[in-house]
Amino acid sequence: MNAGKGGPGGGVPGTDAAFSALLEDSAEDLYESAPCGYLSTLMDGTIAKINATLLGWLGLSRDQVVGRMRFGDLLTVGGKLYHETHFAPLLRMQGHLGGIALEMRTATGSRLPVLVTSTVKKTDGGEPLLIRTTVFDATDRRAYEEELLRARRAADEARRQAEAERERLHEALAVLQHSLLPAALPDIPGMETACYYHTASASRLGGDFYDLFPLGGDRFAFFLGDVCGKGPQAAALTSLTRYTLRAAALHDPDPVANLSILNTVLLDRYTGDDPRYCTAVAGVLERAGDAVHVHLASGGHPPALVLRGDGRVEHLSTRGGMLIGVLPSAQFVPARTTLHPGDTLLLYTDGLTEARTGDNRELYGDEALESFAAGLAPARPRRVVEALTGLLHGFGDGLDDDTALLALGLPSRTDRTGRTDTGSTTSA
Amino acid sequence: MSILRRNNVRVTGRAAGRTVVLAHGFGCDQNMWRLVEPVLAENFRVVLFDYVGAGRSDLSAWREERYRELDGYARDVLEVCEELDLRDAVLVGHSVSAMVGVLARAAAPERIGSLVMVCPSPYYLDEDGYRGGFSAEDIDELLESLESNYLGWSAAMAPVIMGNPDRPELGEELTNSFCATDPGIARVFARTTFLSDSREDLRSVTAPTLILECEQDVIAPREVGAYVHSAIPGSRLVTLAATGHCPQLSAPEATASAISAFVSDLGR
Repeated sequence: MNAGKGGPGGGVPGTDAAFSALLEDSAEDLYESAPCGYLSTLMDGTIAKINATLLGWLGLSRDQVVGRMRFGDLLTVGGKLYHETHFAPLLRMQGHLGGIALEMRTATGSRLPVLVTSTVKKTDGGEPLLIRTTVFDATDRRAYEEELLRARRAADEARRQAEAERERLHEALAVLQHSLLPAALPDIPGMETACYYHTASASRLGGDFYDLFPLGGDRFAFFLGDVCGKGPQAAALTSLTRYTLRAAALHDPDPVANLSILNTVLLDRYTGDDPRYCTAVAGVLERAGDAVHVHLASGGHPPALVLRGDGRVEHLSTRGGMLIGVLPSAQFVPARTTLHPGDTLLLYTDGLTEARTGDNRELYGDEALESFAAGLAPARPRRVVEALTGLLHGFGDGLDDDTALLALGLPSRTDRTGRTDTGSTTSA
Repeated sequence: MSILRRNNVRVTGRAAGRTVVLAHGFGCDQNMWRLVEPVLAENFRVVLFDYVGAGRSDLSAWREERYRELDGYARDVLEVCEELDLRDAVLVGHSVSAMVGVLARAAAPERIGSLVMVCPSPYYLDEDGYRGGFSAEDIDELLESLESNYLGWSAAMAPVIMGNPDRPELGEELTNSFCATDPGIARVFARTTFLSDSREDLRSVTAPTLILECEQDVIAPREVGAYVHSAIPGSRLVTLAATGHCPQLSAPEATASAISAFVSDLGR
């Protein structure tokens, strides 16, 4: 460029003429034919001046508008309201207002989305004199905004639906979950019971199960176990297991026979490439005067513990009992004991003994549990479950499996004279 | 949260003077009164507040169930009056707040002794024998535009407040607060405002009442002012030489002196 020589474009042939042509573009023509709308209004809104561009957009003639219409008359009802309640007050206060979205009404009745900027011109004395306004056609911008709005509404709707769906699913899960566990343990005269259940699955469908129910007369049946896996598949297996054991116990109180029936059912149901199995302790309580006889059997399950009234802890060995649902000829091992006042029988799943503890993430283990129980004994069922629940909470994220606890016991004579409650406790 | 903070209540003026409560209308907040407040404050004790959902009120206190009825706004007024233990106050209500004032007065006549209605309208729809100024289609279009325009409605207003070299008094403290209404709240307030019919309520007004209207007002036309005047026995109607729906901004001196004259005439 010849920046150093003469006026703009000096020396380049043709540009002189171009700039001359620009200078011919009078202010008047620039106003009338500008690529945006212009209008000037008195302070009461009466339109005093308007350019041809805006008249063209609106399909109105100058005579119809100047001196006859107010700015508000050019707007849709919504625009009018917005103008009266927001635009005009702000403009009064600030003397300037920019980029406000309004809608104008054209002569044919159609709407013209616009962006409006206004400035108040004041006299030398500072009195407001008139309002100058520029108007930009915002049709494209409005279409874009409407797209955004549509997308947002669609997203809002989708979110609402997803939440409703989740709510329904949650309710369905709750119903299913309730079908896996007893709502409350039954009252057994003279005995105290307590239980605890923790599920590690996000769907809250667990793979551990327990139950306690009357068989008629002085007898009650109980079981507690753990199916392989977690989540919905495990829950389906849990359900089958629970109802099979319940039906079997009502039919025949022999625990070994019951586990065998369960073994047959699982083998029949889960065949081929989807083998499913569980471990369980099942048994019967039978009242005999002051004592209760316990007859149980185990298939692959950790041994039950008995916390004696004199402070000793025994485990009921059922070594040799096999996983349920793996082999057609599986063997299940029975065990018997008698509970006297002050004794508590504890059943648990391996979520407790296989929790990871300490800095080395070591298994908590059977021995640790036995010493913990020895520290507690003698203790009634509620106290045992309470203490173990505290222990489990202490494991934090080391407890990564479902866990079930069931404690059954006879209160000691001092408990019975000192306290009257013998009901069941459910901590979950 | 106390009521005074919840409703961003501000008390100014002559402590010994009669109490004048200024209630803003749809679309704005107490800043609407900024030009008349100093004049009124010379003689009266002036109470300003924002309805919950407006201005610098506590937005977390806003509940649609409450604020979709004019009663909800009237409860705001009453709670502010109770909190300040006002007696025989003058309630100045702009636009829809004039009708809120009618409800508040009916509920607590001992607290609200008289009413000033600035550009009131008890009903916006045209009906047989009544001209509210809007057709049913107009109202539909209006509500629809609120529905569809909320990008502009919310986003357009906030930046406007910033940077205002001509009026330094409208400085930072107003940023993002003045008239910048949450679009969801604005929609509910608009529905309440434009769909409520308070015509029956007017007939039971017994308080001394001043009605202020503008010569030209597209939202509350002169016919509506005349209607309100005839519906409230003994009311006084003053037509201000002003245009628009907000004479407290377009004609603050005339508005303030009309209110002052009315309040002074109340005696005591």
